[in-house]
Amino acid sequence: MSEALDKRTSPAPRPRGKLNVPKVTLAHGGGGKAMRDLVDDVFVRAFDNPLLATLEDQARFRLADLSAQGDRLAMTTDSYVVDPLFFPGGDIGKLAVCGTVNDLAVGGAVPLYLSCSVIIEEGIEVETLRRIARSMAEAAAEANVMIVTGDTKVVHHGQCDKIFINTSGVGVIREGIDLGAGNARPGDIVLVNGVLGDHGATILKSRGDLALDAAIESDCAPLGDLISTLLAAAPGTRFIRDATRGGVASVLNEIAIASDAGIEIDETATPIREEVKGVCEILGLDPMYLANEGKIVCIVPEDQSANALAALRAHPYGREACAIGRVTGQRRGRVVMNTVLGGKRIVDMLVGEQLPRIC
Amino acid sequence: MCLGIPGQIVEIRDTVRQLGLVDVAGVRREVNLACVVGDDHRIADCIGDWVLVHVGFAMSRIDEEEARATLKILEDIGEVQESLAAMRAGDEAMQTNGTGGAS
Amino acid sequence: MKYVDEFRDPAKARALIGEINVQVARIETCKSRPLAIMEVCGGHTHAIFKYGIEQMLPDAVELVHGPGCPVCVLPMGRVDDCVALAETPGVIFTTFGDAMRVPGSKKSLMQAKADGADIRMVYSPLDALAIARSNPDKEVIFFGLGFETTMPSTALTILQAEAEGIRNFSLFCNHITIIPTMEAICSSPDLKLDGFLGPGHVSMVIGEAPYRFIAERYKRPLVISGFEPLDVLHSIAMVLKQIAEGRAEIENQYSRIVPKNGNEQAQAAISRVFELREFFEWRGLGSIDHSGVRIRDAYAHYDAERKFAVPALKIADPAACQCGDVLKGLLKPQDCKVFGRACTPETPLGALMVSSEGACAAYYQYGDLDREPVGEDA
Repeated sequence: MSEALDKRTSPAPRPRGKLNVPKVTLAHGGGGKAMRDLVDDVFVRAFDNPLLATLEDQARFRLADLSAQGDRLAMTTDSYVVDPLFFPGGDIGKLAVCGTVNDLAVGGAVPLYLSCSVIIEEGIEVETLRRIARSMAEAAAEANVMIVTGDTKVVHHGQCDKIFINTSGVGVIREGIDLGAGNARPGDIVLVNGVLGDHGATILKSRGDLALDAAIESDCAPLGDLISTLLAAAPGTRFIRDATRGGVASVLNEIAIASDAGIEIDETATPIREEVKGVCEILGLDPMYLANEGKIVCIVPEDQSANALAALRAHPYGREACAIGRVTGQRRGRVVMNTVLGGKRIVDMLVGEQLPRIC
Repeated sequence: MCLGIPGQIVEIRDTVRQLGLVDVAGVRREVNLACVVGDDHRIADCIGDWVLVHVGFAMSRIDEEEARATLKILEDIGEVQESLAAMRAGDEAMQTNGTGGAS
Repeated sequence: MKYVDEFRDPAKARALIGEINVQVARIETCKSRPLAIMEVCGGHTHAIFKYGIEQMLPDAVELVHGPGCPVCVLPMGRVDDCVALAETPGVIFTTFGDAMRVPGSKKSLMQAKADGADIRMVYSPLDALAIARSNPDKEVIFFGLGFETTMPSTALTILQAEAEGIRNFSLFCNHITIIPTMEAICSSPDLKLDGFLGPGHVSMVIGEAPYRFIAERYKRPLVISGFEPLDVLHSIAMVLKQIAEGRAEIENQYSRIVPKNGNEQAQAAISRVFELREFFEWRGLGSIDHSGVRIRDAYAHYDAERKFAVPALKIADPAACQCGDVLKGLLKPQDCKVFGRACTPETPLGALMVSSEGACAAYYQYGDLDREPVGEDA
């Protein structure tokens, strides 16, 4: 971790607050001692790093340290409102860190610092917040990022659904890396780093109202390291995007339009877990539109695709990486799937939300 | 209203309400068995049955014999088509080799 | 997945295309015009588009997409009734997912939910009953729609509610019957159909006999078809073979699931709980006699129409809407004046664009590929 800390000596940090109540009340958002107790004892304690420990209104970084790592700063933001808060394979906290880290990493940036703003519904259990904060800290540690500043608000019962989290993040992009959705060219290969749809299927079954039981878990994971490995092995990589809401199908459509190219994918090559297929068959959903939280779509030049695949497969988050299709010059702006049957169909942009079918 | 998927009954959950647990590619859901239970096929007999599941109900027992028969018909069609293709290829080869005449 | 993957085998699909071509070559009519085969059921429409089946067929065979999509044929007035029920204080309105986006005259259920109505998506009517069990102080209404496939599940749920003495549960019944619909299609002077793919899961309930009039009176072949792509191709081949041989019979391609006489327990549940309505309105098709069912008096306490006040208005489709003609197979989706313009999946004018098996939505989402002939080694 770079030494971006302002080296002027600061006065000894004030004593940390302590939270001894079971539930959060409006007072904890009021700006007074109660809020200090909440912030200190739940968030600062969990995130525990020198930048945060100054407890200033802002985190400060030496520009020289940043420009030593690259020539551009990347910044992103995302809000997390998932329901349920906890699900197999993760929780809203882990999502909030990994999602923002990945949004930086797919742009070729090394993720460095995150902010964390929370809006909490009064009445939520403090223990729930602690679990979420701990989870965020673990994810941040794995992703090698620090959560350096934040904000806390508490709203009336019913004004938000338990907790909403926003994380913004910054990272530095090394010189020479220039990924973009418009870079795809005919002949390029489309890669993914593993099975598709696990997160979306997990959330569906975890909501409980569909009463489905299956051994599936969210694939939520921080992919900064995976992406660095990929870029080292395939420096000509055109574009990377994480396939979150709207799934792989949506990302492919975005690329096809931005690059004014056609994309062709082979249904037989799309890797999907049996249980996810089962959920989709029961509900009449298409796994290509299900959300992923640990999967990327990569467009790589054909002559670097073998190296790219090897690099992905050598990494714990890419063991099942594979090629699912190619960029073409036909049907520009559209994504076409070669069906398992040998026919072809369009894979369109998702309209609204994918709803389970009865027919 | 058509969306139905084959699944296997792996457990009986409630004999009074006629509920069982069906497994579809590892995904499990409680389903109502009223349509597949009868005098000659009691609820306990349903374990292991393959059924068609539609909106939380097992609607029909899959007839494994018929399934096999249907696949056999498709295989036979496949074989006929292969022979036809072979015949056509043979004809074309004969034409191009100039062994013309009545073929 | 067992009983699924085997029926998606590409090698067998190619063989079936070969067989289809063989049969087409035997049919004189094909020399002057394409044959029109209607798949009645929305599930078949979806499969046809999803697997790109239409492009695999020779030009001599055209598929006509029929009105067997219960969500598509829901009249706007009934959607308004749903919204009114959902907006009644103290009501939890439960529905299948794809019904939520159908536009009413003012809003869809999805929009009513955004406006604050307690509307919940369920996978099964049993889940709606479970909600009633756990919310004794609320009235739970289940929006029941679908053909005979889904009638048994709704009927059995009402019987279960009765057995448990659950009183805060009712059904808003929009179930429709397939046979009057098919009768209306067959007798329509505009339609020139050469054969039918019969609805596989409806047949699982009603059996083969109800379709006999199509073969006997209208001299058209009907093959009851499964939903996997090989089932659909196989059934098309079987219809063509009948035409080639001058036969008109009811055949059952889906015999692994469809028993000849249908399902006795399902039929019993249906007759216990439901009775035919004199007529029922279908969006785009108008009123069809005996095409809907209602709840019998014995179960009146489970009938949302009797328990609650509904506007029950007849609302005409927007003037620009040509859903009716597309539903009857007279017009292809892309020929509708508003297809892709005023009417898109984001701004649907008619139900055919909203429901994912509506022909228009399916065509918009999957279609418009140039027809490419599929050779033996595609």
